[in-house]
Amino acid sequence: MSHDHSLNPKTMPEDPSKATMEGKHKFLGLWFFLGGETVLFACFFGTYLALRNSTAGGPTSQDLFGLDLVFLMTVLLLTSSLTSVYAIYHMKNNDFKKMMLWLGITALLGIGFLACEIYEFAHYIHDYGFTFRSSAFGSAFYTLVGFHGGHVIFGLSWLITLMVRNAKRGLNLYNAPKFNTFALYWHFIDVVWVFIFTVVYLMGMVS
Amino acid sequence: MTENTSTNKINSYQKEKNREEMRKQIITFALMIFFTMIAFFAVAMGISSMFVIPLILILAIVQVGFQFYYFMHMKDKGHEFPALLIFGGIWVTFLVGVTFVTIIWW
Amino acid sequence: MSNAATQKRAFSAVLWDYLTTVDHKKVGILYLMGGGFFFLLGGLEALIIRIQLIKPENDFITAGLYNEMITMHGTTMIFLAATPLLFGLMNYIMPLQIGARDVAFPFLNALGFWLFFSGGILLNCSWFLGGAPDAGWTAYAPLSIQSPGHGTDFYVMGLQLSGAGTLMSGINFLVTIVAMRAPGMTYMRMPLFTWTTFVTSVLTLFAFPALTVGLFLLMFDRMFGSAFFDVALGGNSVIWQHLFWIFGHPEVYILILPVFGVFSEVLPTFSKKRLFGYSAMVFATFLIAFLGFMVWAHHMFTVGLGPVANSIFAVATMAIAVPTGIKIFNWLFTMWGGSIVINSAMLWALAFIPSFTIGGMTGVMLGSNVADYQYHDSYFVVAHFHYVIVGGVVFGLFAACHYWWPKMFGRILHEGMGKLAFWTFFIGFHLTFFIQHFLGLMGMPRRYWVFLENQGLDTGNLISTIGAFFMTIGTIVFLINIVYTAVKGEKAPADPWDARTLEWTIPSPPPFYNFKQMPLVRGLDPLWIEKTEGNGKMTPAEPLDEIHMPNGSILPLIMTAGFFIASFGFIYQTDHKAWLIALYAGMAIAIGCMVIRSLKDDLGFHISKEELEREAD
Repeated sequence: MSHDHSLNPKTMPEDPSKATMEGKHKFLGLWFFLGGETVLFACFFGTYLALRNSTAGGPTSQDLFGLDLVFLMTVLLLTSSLTSVYAIYHMKNNDFKKMMLWLGITALLGIGFLACEIYEFAHYIHDYGFTFRSSAFGSAFYTLVGFHGGHVIFGLSWLITLMVRNAKRGLNLYNAPKFNTFALYWHFIDVVWVFIFTVVYLMGMVS
Repeated sequence: MTENTSTNKINSYQKEKNREEMRKQIITFALMIFFTMIAFFAVAMGISSMFVIPLILILAIVQVGFQFYYFMHMKDKGHEFPALLIFGGIWVTFLVGVTFVTIIWW
Repeated sequence: MSNAATQKRAFSAVLWDYLTTVDHKKVGILYLMGGGFFFLLGGLEALIIRIQLIKPENDFITAGLYNEMITMHGTTMIFLAATPLLFGLMNYIMPLQIGARDVAFPFLNALGFWLFFSGGILLNCSWFLGGAPDAGWTAYAPLSIQSPGHGTDFYVMGLQLSGAGTLMSGINFLVTIVAMRAPGMTYMRMPLFTWTTFVTSVLTLFAFPALTVGLFLLMFDRMFGSAFFDVALGGNSVIWQHLFWIFGHPEVYILILPVFGVFSEVLPTFSKKRLFGYSAMVFATFLIAFLGFMVWAHHMFTVGLGPVANSIFAVATMAIAVPTGIKIFNWLFTMWGGSIVINSAMLWALAFIPSFTIGGMTGVMLGSNVADYQYHDSYFVVAHFHYVIVGGVVFGLFAACHYWWPKMFGRILHEGMGKLAFWTFFIGFHLTFFIQHFLGLMGMPRRYWVFLENQGLDTGNLISTIGAFFMTIGTIVFLINIVYTAVKGEKAPADPWDARTLEWTIPSPPPFYNFKQMPLVRGLDPLWIEKTEGNGKMTPAEPLDEIHMPNGSILPLIMTAGFFIASFGFIYQTDHKAWLIALYAGMAIAIGCMVIRSLKDDLGFHISKEELEREAD
């Protein structure tokens, strides 16, 4: 039995990320994990909703948030979601170079998002003195948004490790599932962000 | 992997299918950006919160639906269990959400 | 001399084998050993509690130590004994029942075990490092925020570690059941234990993240000065209660559903009848899980959530009695007209039915929110949950041990000792807890260090303590039985009980690849079908071919060690910033292991066809 899983147009299955048992397991496992992550973020959101007006005399959400930076961050992250779709598209067409290119763009957009977030936090801390310890609102805000940021950092490390490890190997049935699971995880980060910008920022500006 | 003769044909068919799929993804993305802009504009315009909050929540839910069903392919077959567990997670999310805005005592 | 040396090497080889194993059977045994150890520890704590309460105003232990005892007893029994013992059984048995060669993620499986175990050890380290957690197993804020010393910090970090391990195992089981069933094993042909494993894993997946979040909030408040539960800065301590019980109530179903599965295996086997109402049983399992998620606030009736919320949760709570009742009746009907064999496993199963039903009935009483104001925080509650958890889960674990011991260890547990253990434990259990219903109704509050003389509580508490000693004797007899069986026990054939499901088609104990050839499943109770049709064994679904197996790895252990060290860093960095070094070093070790795991291809190995043929049938 040959254990060489490298792909060429002749051996290319319809979806290389699900052609092996391991691939199927990874795919299911990650999805189920995301089901759990949904509850994890639900609890952070719930805590935030309960505490968002508990400012203890400190700055409120209306004092702090601005639309432009959040809009920029949203566009960055949404676009990175699209670029990872492109990467998987090229994976299915067995075009390794283009896949890596689009994954690279995804990483850059993710880093851009993270930079904005760091700038935002620094801005709140320096200009408003609004920290993790200022009020229950502060704790809940930084915990929710920070956990999302942590997920972005984890996703980026995952992506970069994958890209470095497989840079010279090309696509095969062993690493295709890994790229696919990363892409799913990355979309989920975007899902969470959609709710963060809606519930935290937009609703915080309104009420 | 033995059907050497027909490989090329399958591949071009497959490629066409993938391209079609990608076209849909881009439309999805355009809609998502559009919805995001509506949400941000609605808030920036300062319309009454009674109207804006339901609107932006609905837009967010639709966007997330796009993410799940198109970007993450939950519409494709073979996603029954992922869908089941995601919906389970959403159900718990709903319970948690309702709880934390209504019964946290004060 | 040389003989001793070989033996020593053999021992270290076995140890290394277990430290690096990713085999679901060995991981299962590790879970059983770890869980068993913590079960004994938790039992010892229970005994100390009962000795303290043997007479009015006793001073066997101090009030502070008593608080630590009750906290650690509850925490240990729920998180470190019951859950891992059940996960051990699931690990060992479930893949065999569906005809799989391993779980879907063997590496994660090992990691899950080590995380659980290190979490348990971490939690118990607190005894030697300035005092155990003392805010109750529920660790309600603000008490847990105020609790001095590092006890509660150990609670937070220990549970965080073991919770992460449990979550991983849950995902692992789900994927295994969805993707790795043998040919012909459709969902509605899966044994009930596999079904309950599946539903339990779903509950684990949705419940444990809530605990994770709650623990994070508590950790941030205690160690990093955030204000989630600090009312002065706008915090709200009811958030902790909600998060804890959103996790905590599904957790009791995580405990009870697998033993429902166990009884659904034991009762048909020893009644020689198929399970009555199989589809209703599956449906009831799902219904319990679904409703189980919507009742958490019945732990919080006296918080003051308002009459509407209380009523909704009360109705939902009582509704759970319906699917549970379906199950009880199905078990009774399974036995009806069967040719019943009464042995140790069956005794535990038979004792379970009335004991658990009493617990369920008091559960409905407690579920009535108006009446709950009377019962709340009294010994009535203590009696209730011990009836469901001991009368349900512990009885189930004993039944499962007797039932699957031959499969797991190749020897049959001694029947006489099994029965002796059963009767002493069973009598002791009812002595201990039945009287506590009345102590509670007479007004004895739970978690109190002492009670006063001549308030009508003296005799009841004495009886209760005597019962605890009977349970201790039962447990000791069971331990002796294990040792006796290991040394002199009767060797078990592949199918000692004339049973019905796939795990009994392979040798006891199974070879490390489980099934030489995937079996072809032709219906519910596949082995029984083959027996009734005169084949006696399974038809293979594939020709004999080489088998792909995963490689063992020491990385899960090292990764866990990293998290363990980092936890100490988290706990002590509040005292001195130098401890941050431990935090970073530990995290570096853990992340380093993850990186190694990602960078190193692990393609596993193959067992050749010749090798398989060489092994005697």
